[in-house]
Amino acid sequence: MALRLTVADLDAGYGAVRALQGVSMTVEDGETVVLLGTNGNGKSTLMKCLMGLVRPTKGMIGLELDGVRHDLADLPTDEIVGLGVALVPEGRRLFPKLTVEENLTLGAFRKAARAKLAEGLAFAYEAFPVLLERRKQLAGTMSGGQQQMLAIARALMSSPRLLLVDEPSVGLSPLLVSQTITKIGELKQRFGLTVLMAEQNFHQAVRIADRGYIIVHGEIAFEGRTVEELRSNDLIKKLYLGGAA
Amino acid sequence: MSMRRHGFWIGALCVLALAYGLTLAIRNEYAFFAGFIILQFIVLATAWNILGGYAGYVNFGTSAFFGIGVYTAIFLFKALGAPLLVQMAGAAVMGALLGFVTGLLTLRLHGIFFSIATVAMTIILETLVINWKYVGGATGIQVLRPPVTEPFDSYIKMLFVIGVALVIVAVALSRHVQGSWIGRGLRAIRDDETAAECTGVPTLRLKLLACSISGALMCAAGAPSAMYLQFADTTSAFNLNYSVSALAMSLIGGTSHWAGPVLGAIVLGVTQQALTVTISSELNVLVLGVMLILFVVGAPEGLLGLLRKGWARLARGGGS
Repeated sequence: MALRLTVADLDAGYGAVRALQGVSMTVEDGETVVLLGTNGNGKSTLMKCLMGLVRPTKGMIGLELDGVRHDLADLPTDEIVGLGVALVPEGRRLFPKLTVEENLTLGAFRKAARAKLAEGLAFAYEAFPVLLERRKQLAGTMSGGQQQMLAIARALMSSPRLLLVDEPSVGLSPLLVSQTITKIGELKQRFGLTVLMAEQNFHQAVRIADRGYIIVHGEIAFEGRTVEELRSNDLIKKLYLGGAA
Repeated sequence: MSMRRHGFWIGALCVLALAYGLTLAIRNEYAFFAGFIILQFIVLATAWNILGGYAGYVNFGTSAFFGIGVYTAIFLFKALGAPLLVQMAGAAVMGALLGFVTGLLTLRLHGIFFSIATVAMTIILETLVINWKYVGGATGIQVLRPPVTEPFDSYIKMLFVIGVALVIVAVALSRHVQGSWIGRGLRAIRDDETAAECTGVPTLRLKLLACSISGALMCAAGAPSAMYLQFADTTSAFNLNYSVSALAMSLIGGTSHWAGPVLGAIVLGVTQQALTVTISSELNVLVLGVMLILFVVGAPEGLLGLLRKGWARLARGGGS
């Protein structure tokens, strides 16, 4: 009601390569929606379009916030962040030569978040105690799991309403993937977030999802209105359990 | 916090008073001739570091800004008879504009490509001025200094005090940038520009700001050169030496803190001046090159990094 993301008939690409074709999807307030698909199917491109990092060639991206509509396809990234959209990028993209605390502080760059910097840091350290222990350490020298926690904590520093998470499982051990997904679910509850998560790891992703989309070759191939629909879908079996099924 | 801010400005006033005191105490004008050059380099290195150090965009066009500063001053002096401070202010405005244009280059050019573009910019601007007869073109131009203003008794001593004032302005700006959200954003850009963008850092706006501040200071540093030498020609005004020195001094001093370029410029500037007097001016460039190599290999974080390490070792030694 208060927040709704609508993507309609979106095309995007890099030069002659078309990464997305006619993608339409919605995310409603308070939902956790997963975007499933194997590598190279356009998940990250869609995330980048939502953040204004890649400009779509066609279609529209609307974000409705408390009755006001914003067209994200026309806004620069810093204004999109300012609206309350935050991205945990693929591969984490931390500032490796800055300390943990500097990384977190940069997450609060938007004007509204700066005023609540101390509060935000306190929250981050409470949610991720390991970051408090390592606040003076350079981000690039931490382990993969710790870096992923920092990337999530940094995104939360901007007090977002819509959290985009791009492939949180990349480069992590199965145990850490499971922990990360659980953490995202917890934080979502705690901060009342709306979450859109792109992920290849089907079994982990559906644990916290309300519903989802399957993206194949830049097109939405299937829309699962419930987790059950996703689980029982043939495409999933084909993509994840080998074509024989 | 406010104590520290006041501390800086009290220190700045003391330095300014000391500079004026020196002009009264020291008779030999040569000290001020040499001192002024070092002050100029402190400003150039500090200005370079705002973009090159904090944001990691290596500008090879310091000499373009310096040269434009010199010729803005000459133009204002010849056309309007503007006094020195007006010449410097005009040069700063030109520098900010030129910096803004340089900043627009960063939209498409990163890393080495940005650096090459700034070299090209230097050559283009130098060629334009060479063909501009009004300011002397290729043959250069003589400038007749106006009489010195009170309370100074010689023009070079006045330039020296103005140089100290400009250093204070440059350091104050650099210090402000470093400690503020601007500096945080620039450091994020240096580390990972895409990630900076993702976290909501307005990258383009910050780069344009850094380029403009840096450019304004560089041009302002160049402006008094015309009056200093009473002559200007394009070869010396656009000399590549300014680009190399500003970069080398920052790297040797340390780029992460405003004090780095100041320290680097003093150490290198004094060495160069001493060598010029004792051996030859040609040897300068060689020394600069050798020192740069030594530091890049042995102390990548510059003199400041060495000092920090030494300090940490001392603290540890004292504790045990």
